[in-house]
Amino acid sequence: MIEALLLYLFTGSALVAAALMLVLQHPMRVALALVAVMLSLAGVYALLGVHVIAVFQVLIYVGAVMVFIVYAIMLLDVREHSVRRFSAWLVPGIAGLLVFLAIVAHGIWHDLPEPSAAAAGTRFNLNEFSRAFLSDYWLHFELTSVLLVAAIVAALAVLKVGRRPHG
Amino acid sequence: MLIAVAMALFALGLLGVIVRRNMLVMLMCMELMLNGVNLSLITFAQQTATTIGAVVVFLVFVVATVEIALAIPIVLLLVRDKRTLDIGAYNELNG
Repeated sequence: MIEALLLYLFTGSALVAAALMLVLQHPMRVALALVAVMLSLAGVYALLGVHVIAVFQVLIYVGAVMVFIVYAIMLLDVREHSVRRFSAWLVPGIAGLLVFLAIVAHGIWHDLPEPSAAAAGTRFNLNEFSRAFLSDYWLHFELTSVLLVAAIVAALAVLKVGRRPHG
Repeated sequence: MLIAVAMALFALGLLGVIVRRNMLVMLMCMELMLNGVNLSLITFAQQTATTIGAVVVFLVFVVATVEIALAIPIVLLLVRDKRTLDIGAYNELNG
């Protein structure tokens, strides 16, 4: 009972914060709304029993990605009020999105797997997950480390390109 | 219900990328889309009692981090060049 109530609370706050992201003007407020979305989703994951994902959602998304974005906002410190909030694509964007949503909903709604009764009772098993992660999906795991190295090199290269004109 | 929430989050993120003009806000809306996808993956993994969903969510975490780590320096370079975050100012490729 209380779990269902909390689930509605977290999903509701996630949706409200996501909608706020679209209408708030200042990037810092948008960033705080996004943090609210991520924390709400971490709550949803914890309620679903996937605690490890909830922890990593807070650690990686809120702790790393959002701090990085907030630093970027503070670094840029753009005090321009001339930036219009919405582009000229506002009305066509909304119309196209509604059509897209209708098509996707119509296409997948009937194909969604029914939550099986056996699966409903099972909780997320961390042992099983870790074993699968490092044995069945070892290639993906290694590829992410390659991706991280490539990203570091690329970020250094991007910063070097920016510095070259100034010596 | 959670699938509908995931779809709504993805849709709001996509709408944000389309209609907003601030580059940083567009980046954050992309993160919102990734969050929606993560929620759908977790929900499917719970419904089918499999682990692949959680594995993919971990990989998405890494990809999102890499994406931001590369996108922010690019935004910094662009802003250093034009002194504005308005996406309409970057129209050199406009034919």
